[in-house]
Amino acid sequence: MDAVRISGLTHRFGDGETAKPVLHGLDLSVAAGEVVLLTGPSGSGKTTLLTLIGGLRAVQEGSCVVLGTELAGADEATRVAVRRRVGFIFQHHNLLGFLTARQNVAMALEVDARLSEAKRLARADAMLDAVGIGDKARAYPATLSGGQRQRVAIARSLAHEPGLILADEPTAALDARTGHETMELLQRLAKEQHRTVFIVTHDPRIHDIADRIVAMEDGHIIEGAHA
Amino acid sequence: MALGGVQGRGPRVFLPFRLAWRQLRHEKSRLAAAISGVVFACLLIFMQLGFMTALFESAVQVQKSLHADLFLMHSTTEALWRSTPFPRARLAQALAVPEVERVAPIYVQNVVWRNPKTSLKRTLLLFGVDPTSGVVGFPGLTADGLAAITKPDVILFDARAKPEFGAVSSWLAEGPVVSELGNRRVEVAGLFEIGATFGSEGNALTSEANFWRFVPNHTPAQVNVGAIMLRAGADATAAQAALRHILPDDVMVLTKPELIAFEKTYWANTAPVGFIFGLGVVIGLIVGCVIVYQILFSDISRHIGEYATLKAMGYTNGYLVRVVMGEALILAVLGYVPGWILGLGLYELASARIFIPLTMTVEKSIGVFALIFGMCVVSGLLAIRKLKDANPADMF
Ligand SMILES: Nc1ncnc2c1ncn2[C@@H]1O[C@H](COP(=O)(O)OP(=O)(O)OP(=O)(O)O)[C@@H](O)[C@H]1O
Ligand SMILES: [Mg+2]
Repeated sequence: MDAVRISGLTHRFGDGETAKPVLHGLDLSVAAGEVVLLTGPSGSGKTTLLTLIGGLRAVQEGSCVVLGTELAGADEATRVAVRRRVGFIFQHHNLLGFLTARQNVAMALEVDARLSEAKRLARADAMLDAVGIGDKARAYPATLSGGQRQRVAIARSLAHEPGLILADEPTAALDARTGHETMELLQRLAKEQHRTVFIVTHDPRIHDIADRIVAMEDGHIIEGAHA
Repeated sequence: MALGGVQGRGPRVFLPFRLAWRQLRHEKSRLAAAISGVVFACLLIFMQLGFMTALFESAVQVQKSLHADLFLMHSTTEALWRSTPFPRARLAQALAVPEVERVAPIYVQNVVWRNPKTSLKRTLLLFGVDPTSGVVGFPGLTADGLAAITKPDVILFDARAKPEFGAVSSWLAEGPVVSELGNRRVEVAGLFEIGATFGSEGNALTSEANFWRFVPNHTPAQVNVGAIMLRAGADATAAQAALRHILPDDVMVLTKPELIAFEKTYWANTAPVGFIFGLGVVIGLIVGCVIVYQILFSDISRHIGEYATLKAMGYTNGYLVRVVMGEALILAVLGYVPGWILGLGLYELASARIFIPLTMTVEKSIGVFALIFGMCVVSGLLAIRKLKDANPADMF
């Protein structure tokens, strides 16, 4: 089954006369377990596409099925439900500054509190071990390096066993080597746990981690729409 | 089964509250500032309410220490200190009601007292009663004192009168105090404790015979308050109804709680006391509200990215509302506890230093907590509008 299936997806910013089309009838599918990179020049609509897939924006036209849920015409509750099954990695780690690393990771599990507190923390610690900073579990983000913070963010995005991981320029705030290391880590964990990963990036140095590279230009997909 | 609760409603409230607490405690100095704001509001409200209730209580000190079942006053009387006298015959008529055992008149008049040291003249409220009637139970009265006022030109003095009357109680410890009351030589033979009220700066007590000497234009036939003692086991409301039936309309018949309420109502309506202190309470609430709102609003603004991230992770707006309301309620509790303790301290201080007995009652404690709680809820409700600015799509 495809983790993402998009057809005829069109998106505009603004209304009426001043509406600015950003995505033009996109077709794209991402198979479960695939690691896909999305590249393209600035302003080509990559982030817009990512936020639509993640249920962070309402779909205007076309179809966008994520993890089996159609997002076209979906209400806020449906989009919230989809978000809970997605793991996000942001350009700037976006960790909660007032929580320790393990508490940040546990936040991914608190959203629908099925697990007990002890299990949440145990899972968080295991995830931090998996990203190689188990010793920093009780550190606050302010005391971590950029690479360490992004590792915590990766642990957080994986902790709730999401069906899909969405990342937007996750290496932008990191130096080349750290960026590559963290992306390799993400790819390895995704493969081990059979997670689907969709990464928007400008960074050609991480192309080697992808199963497939999709290229966008001016709101059109020009390469790699289908495996 | 406890786990069932945890998995049901529990986490919906507990987890956002815990997040709120973690966010608050992360920045200790901001937390301290927020708490001091609530403490300040708390203290302001406690002091305003304290003084207000103290003044109202002091206004009815005299009424509270009168021992009788029913009271007669002239129907045009508005307050004790300016009571219209009624004919003494009404008391005799009251005796016709079978429940009535005995009656006692109380005479009240403002009289000028001369401070023997400074020669300053000030008006006090003089009470004339039969000392053997047992009607007047002013705090601090002694049997010796009551016996002494049967002698001519002898009074008992209010130890807690304003200091302008003179340090009568300490002079009395050294020897007899002699001065002038109503342009007549007077000797103070003892003390009692009432203190200044709205209507008088000090009080004095004497026998009926002495009262007429000090207030020559007040005839014995004109009574200010009639005290009625009922037979043991008599029904006060029935007796009250019977008295109302047989007595003409120029007097009203009140039970003791009614007498107290009557006087309080007069002061609540006449003096702008209720309004002034009420205003103080409102100002305290507004100040507290603004402080808590500021803290919450700037907290949301500064954490807007974190809130948006939580929304992207699938947290609902309602969850974040609970986080902010959690912060508001935590501030209410954390501010109230030291506010209550400091309030108690200030009450003790006020009672010891300025002789205004401020008392911390359960009702006052609960009432102020409810106000502070409401204040924080309002602040939180105002602040949560800011959460709308947390848009998860902007996080990329
Ligand atoms: N909220 C918005 N309101 C109006 N226009 C927007 C908004 N977000 C993006 N756009 C416009 O949509 C177009 C696509 O933006 P988008 O952010 O998707 O590009 P991108 O491919 O992610 O670019 P970059 O590589 O620089 O991040 C741009 O022209 C941008 O100006
Ligand atoms: Mg972008």
